[in-house]
Amino acid sequence: MKTIITMLAASISLLANAADLPAGMIKTAKGNAAIEREGQKTPAKAGAALMASDRVVTGADGSVGITLRDETLLAVGPNSNVWLEKYAFDPTSHEGKLDATVRKGTLGVISGKLSKQSPGAVQFRTPTSILGVRGTEFVIDVKDGE
Amino acid sequence: MALLLWAVCLIAAVSQLQRGPTEQITLLPNQDGKPSAVIITTAGKETVLDQPFQTAAVDSRGAVATAGDSAQIKNRYGALLDTLPQRAAVFLVYFVTDSDNLTPESAAQLAQIKEQLASRPAPEIIVIGHTDTVARGEYNDALSLRRAETVKRILVEAGIAEDQITVQGRGKRELLIKTADGVDEPRNRRVEIRVR
Repeated sequence: MKTIITMLAASISLLANAADLPAGMIKTAKGNAAIEREGQKTPAKAGAALMASDRVVTGADGSVGITLRDETLLAVGPNSNVWLEKYAFDPTSHEGKLDATVRKGTLGVISGKLSKQSPGAVQFRTPTSILGVRGTEFVIDVKDGE
Repeated sequence: MALLLWAVCLIAAVSQLQRGPTEQITLLPNQDGKPSAVIITTAGKETVLDQPFQTAAVDSRGAVATAGDSAQIKNRYGALLDTLPQRAAVFLVYFVTDSDNLTPESAAQLAQIKEQLASRPAPEIIVIGHTDTVARGEYNDALSLRRAETVKRILVEAGIAEDQITVQGRGKRELLIKTADGVDEPRNRRVEIRVR
């Protein structure tokens, strides 16, 4: 019981932490590229923060490069819609969570410290599938998503 | 009956071929050369990609993995992979024993750190303190954070903007030299500076 309470307390503090801190930073943005946060769309700009539950949306000429806090590297290609559903990273323990969904378009991924610490903490989804990663670089390509 | 079943399967297979997969997942080689994998779960079935350039064609019924052609993949995803941010540049610095001063070799790296900062878009510096295995976990967590703070101060004095720098302490969780608990190991008492 005590363990459960401790774990619960730890996950609550992790969530509280995740709400305050950005999930990562946009390093490059080209063409038509926007961040959607709580229904508001703003142009994606280098140096801007990416928060948990943000969506990255690009047009035909758009692309965005992102470094998450655990040094997961992301490349969002043209005509894409990528949702960073959940993100949390504790820099001391390297525990946390990364859930992202590619609704359409392309996403290049180089996994970071989260996946190294606990592979189960990182999950990518597509309209048909769930992807687990084991220390990986890969590309997701969703051709006719919404 | 068996023939009918076979015919139905054939039609299903052909229609799937005509429709084409809606998604494609491609495993790339790991830069550090270590084995890696993507595990794809589709309609309750698992497909594992564990060879570089292996590609899975996926639709709602399942995934089919094939060996990919590296030239074709580089051609197709070259622009996307160029969009990936640069990996962090990593510097290790050490203190002169019982002091807050960096060793001369460590101080000499400041110029390179500034070069990295100037060459990257929207750069950040992450300063991470590490300890050896002497003393308890919480003590080392606090100690490693203090060491990182000291290095941050040195970086700010060297003219780097304070708001670009984040400090973190990893305590004794990430030893450079693997030792048993309670071992005085100077090479583990380090601060890592990551420019990204």
